[in-house]
Amino acid sequence: MTQTKRIARRLTRRDVMKSAAAAAALLPMPALAQGAAGRVVVIGGGFAGASCARALKALDARINVTLVEASRTFIACPFSNLVIAGMRELTAQQFGYDKVAAAGVTMAFSAASAVDPQGKSVTLADGNRLAYERLVLAPGIDIRWDGLPGYDEAAANVMPHAWKAGEQTTLLRRQLESMEDGGLVVISAPANPFRCPPGPYERASLIAYYLKTKKPKSKLILLDAKDAFSKQRLFQNAWKELYPNLEWVSLSSGGKVTSVEPASKTVVTDFSRHQAAVANIIPPQKAGRVADLAQVADRSGWCPVDPMTFESKQQPNIHVIGDAAIMGAMPKSAFSANAQAKVCAAAVAKLLAGEKPVEPRLINTCYSVVAPDYGITVAGVYRPKDGVLSDIEGAGGVSPIDAPASTRAAEARYADGWFKTITTEVFG
Amino acid sequence: MVHVRILAATVMLTVSSMASAADAPPGASSCSGCHPATVGVATPVPRLNGRDAAQIITAMTEFRTGKRPATVMDRIAKGFTDDETKAIAAYFAAQKD
Repeated sequence: MTQTKRIARRLTRRDVMKSAAAAAALLPMPALAQGAAGRVVVIGGGFAGASCARALKALDARINVTLVEASRTFIACPFSNLVIAGMRELTAQQFGYDKVAAAGVTMAFSAASAVDPQGKSVTLADGNRLAYERLVLAPGIDIRWDGLPGYDEAAANVMPHAWKAGEQTTLLRRQLESMEDGGLVVISAPANPFRCPPGPYERASLIAYYLKTKKPKSKLILLDAKDAFSKQRLFQNAWKELYPNLEWVSLSSGGKVTSVEPASKTVVTDFSRHQAAVANIIPPQKAGRVADLAQVADRSGWCPVDPMTFESKQQPNIHVIGDAAIMGAMPKSAFSANAQAKVCAAAVAKLLAGEKPVEPRLINTCYSVVAPDYGITVAGVYRPKDGVLSDIEGAGGVSPIDAPASTRAAEARYADGWFKTITTEVFG
Repeated sequence: MVHVRILAATVMLTVSSMASAADAPPGASSCSGCHPATVGVATPVPRLNGRDAAQIITAMTEFRTGKRPATVMDRIAKGFTDDETKAIAAYFAAQKD
């Protein structure tokens, strides 16, 4: 007879219950009283939210994970600039949630209509109420419809933003396709911060490529509310080499768009008026609507978070990841969103188990395609420092300025590989 | 006695789940953004799962020093210390399909 059995024989049922209670008290995990690992609700089924939901199930299959997403089809923004330029079809950007569900995530195809941070519950538009121990918000961006005079939802049907992939992407492509050769295309880029910092410049490059090959008498003007932008020298060198039809107007050269007039497709700055055949207005942005429901956005419109766990600095037990969050040096990219999601999942699993999250390291790599066979990157490695995610010094940076064509071609191939890899990890 | 066994089983289950949640060392979870975790993804970027740890460490060291040509890994490798690299390499070496 083992010593355990001898001790056990002397224990009464009441003693056992007492010691069980004592053991439970020692482990700081009230939610796990019945062996359940806890309930996590994730709102938003993009690169951040869907990644986080799957990562949580992979870390601990007993965690009850519900992913709230209104749409049954996700349309990816990365590579949507190629769709606009006619180099790719929108169907290549579309993904469903079957594999997410097969991984054990409960899908709730509905919009969130209310968040109760005190009561720890989410109410859905379909009337269901979901209780949680931890809530992860990945709401992406919303357009600031009050951010640019003249630019409202009706104006976006005439002068598309195409900054959320889908109908807007197709609309901008159709406008370019039906434009007569010789037409003026105007793109307006916003001030920081906004989704996908190199995005407007990749888009300008690819539209310039389309014009050069299909409508050579046409011209593109990129009006910018900034004097500096992501991968600037790389883009500008490529434009000089490839796209004499593209003119970038910086903030200090009068590039800031102050209003738009949809009736005549006119884009107005302090110094000039541009009547466009096609106008692509990339407007000011803010955290997606759900951030307001949960009261996690600050006056900037974005969500401050702890850099260790991405828990909101405004609401306990609510984490914010992806484009909506203020992530310090880390840019608003799909790669960042996916990397943050996995770190957030690990932190949430630790917190549910009553443990202390580990200090993370995160990587971002943003590919931009300037032309077919011409890719460039910016990369960074990040750690929490002074309350925000900061660049690890000496790491990261952009592709070499003087790289040979073979390097540009390799980065274009890697860009394509990256898209396949990340969409497979998240949706495949 | 039955109750004691249930209690012991519950505690063990809890302990094992804690260990699994602590698996990936800092930085490792970002790698699968480009290096596919699953087989069959059409990308020129190699998988890391199941790869020899020493091979990963050598590659990372040579990316960092510039000895090995790279597009983006030279810039990323510089963000990790020797110890961090070793931990990440050991983690991927242990990921068997």
